[in-house]
Amino acid sequence: MTLANDMLLEMQRRMLRIRYFDERASKMVKRGEIPGTVHTSIGQEAQVVGACMALGEGDYMTGNHRSHGHPIGKGAKLGPLMAELVGKAWGVCQGKGGSMHLADFKVGSLGESGIVGSSIPIATGAALSSKVLNNGKVSLAFFGDGAANQGCLYEAMNLASVWKLPIIFLCENNQYALSTPQHTVTAGVVAERAHGFGMPGVRVEDGQSVLTVYDAVREAVDRARAGKGPTLIEVVTYRFNEHSEGLRLAVDYRNAAEKESWLKRDPVKMFRSYLQEQGVADAAMLDGIEADILAEVDAAVQFAEDSPDPDPSVAFKDVYTVPIGVAQ
Amino acid sequence: MTVMSYLGAIGAAQREAMEADSRVIIFGEDVEANVYGTMGGKSRADKGDFLQMFGSNRIRNTPISEEVMVGAAAGAAMTGLRPIVDLSYSTFLYMAMDQFINQVAKSRYMFGGQASMPVVFRSAMFYGLSTAAHHSDRPYPMFMNMPGIKIMVPASPSDAKGLLRTAIDMDDPVMSFEACMLWGMKEDVQDGEFHIPFGVAKTVRSGSDVTVVAISSAVPAAMQAAQQLEKEGISIEVIDPRTLAPFDSDAVLNSVARTGRLVVADPANRTCGAAAEISALVAEKAFDCLKAPIIRVTTPDTHIPFSPALEKQLYPNAGMIADAVRKVAGTRKE
Repeated sequence: MTLANDMLLEMQRRMLRIRYFDERASKMVKRGEIPGTVHTSIGQEAQVVGACMALGEGDYMTGNHRSHGHPIGKGAKLGPLMAELVGKAWGVCQGKGGSMHLADFKVGSLGESGIVGSSIPIATGAALSSKVLNNGKVSLAFFGDGAANQGCLYEAMNLASVWKLPIIFLCENNQYALSTPQHTVTAGVVAERAHGFGMPGVRVEDGQSVLTVYDAVREAVDRARAGKGPTLIEVVTYRFNEHSEGLRLAVDYRNAAEKESWLKRDPVKMFRSYLQEQGVADAAMLDGIEADILAEVDAAVQFAEDSPDPDPSVAFKDVYTVPIGVAQ
Repeated sequence: MTVMSYLGAIGAAQREAMEADSRVIIFGEDVEANVYGTMGGKSRADKGDFLQMFGSNRIRNTPISEEVMVGAAAGAAMTGLRPIVDLSYSTFLYMAMDQFINQVAKSRYMFGGQASMPVVFRSAMFYGLSTAAHHSDRPYPMFMNMPGIKIMVPASPSDAKGLLRTAIDMDDPVMSFEACMLWGMKEDVQDGEFHIPFGVAKTVRSGSDVTVVAISSAVPAAMQAAQQLEKEGISIEVIDPRTLAPFDSDAVLNSVARTGRLVVADPANRTCGAAAEISALVAEKAFDCLKAPIIRVTTPDTHIPFSPALEKQLYPNAGMIADAVRKVAGTRKE
């Protein structure tokens, strides 16, 4: 698919936003500036952005604990996300979700889930609402190779297929569920499981190429919007950092040569080269974009610093729409 | 007024809500065939077939997949629909615990109020009908322990109709625990659409000597006990909370302030049950009013056996409630 230059540059911007945001978040965890931990999407930016940009602005998306990339890829503002990571009042969830449970309904981000696989049925429900209301919106459920073995995925795939729901099940196969290699716990090929449910299953081997991912997801989105039902897409990728920042395991479960070979396939660097080779942008322009995004991340950190702590009463708000009183 | 059964009232509330708001949909196992009373008529021809009335876009049979049924209802509710999910048996809820607890109950809170969750989960408690342990639970206390979910336990056709309509029109998730034992109960129900607010208990019977808080099928049992006790000169006040979350504390505390004696009749298991919570509330807030220890009449902490000979003895009945009342009233010593 041939894309306009401004779309290609927007892809690079969004990938850089994820990269710089997560690099900063990683540092902040290590300095104790972010309570708890974070799970970065560094190394997986192409897979996230390729998928998100194949969706329209009004489309829905759910995700998982590796959560910052998804809303950023979908177009969320960085300031409220960073404020959420530090637990401040101006956080996108008012400081009640934190890193693993970001949601930005303004951009169709219906929530990241700390329970592996648990948001897949939610995305399926959003697709049901699109179908019933006939509003043309599509849903996309991000989940990892670990979640590919949760039962709710198969309940959701069956329901989505039998009801022809406009949804894409997108497996981000970064090849490890924390430390557990995928092939040791997963029979066969994830994408091939689609056939049992009467839907297309697509395996994208080059998940480091944002355009390859975009093309695969775009086809599925078009299919969903045309009323032809769901698609399962498995994208092979690699996370460059540890499962979570600050995690130190006694065993190095990923061998050095493997890591080395994947680090060479850095999606952000690869796409920068592509844009130059294709004459979409020159080095100076790309340097300028990188500087702009870095400044956006700085501004987001400043926004988080400027934000007050949440008022203690917020702990008791939004349990219900119509409160029934909270025992204290 | 129209004479309606409990099940008919549930059907009527759903029909009226679907007619009033095109965002209301029903899905669940066998809802098209009305196996668990979704439509509430005696037959399809009699009261109108929901599938014919509202079409297959809004009335949907699901696969037997509780986890995605519950999660999809949550996702649909967050994006503009107002689903009613018919989960048939209350024990089937366990299949979807993650979705109930981690998604339905928590999403609004965890996302800082961005989500609203207008969804109703109906299920029937089939206790007392020889369906044994896998079908007979009364699991509402487990969900009382989870903030974020509202809970209704109607004990009459009117309450079933009015509460269910409120639940459907409300922006919070509601679990409706319907007692299968009461499905056939009939009474005069006011005509047309009406709402009964959550968190407002009903004084089913006024009395002066002992307050009996009764839940679900324990309500008719308490009323039966009241007749016998009246003959013995004991006047009981029967309060049906109707909703357990929110719970009308004031109604119970005010009644106990007058009677000084409390019996709680709850068909759920004893430990950490609704009766335990209500008893604790009264002990904390109205200890000075109490003239006798509180007595709970509950199902003992055992599973539900199949044989009628074994099952019959377990749930709070009129005799057990009357005995408990005699004890707190001091007319029976044990």
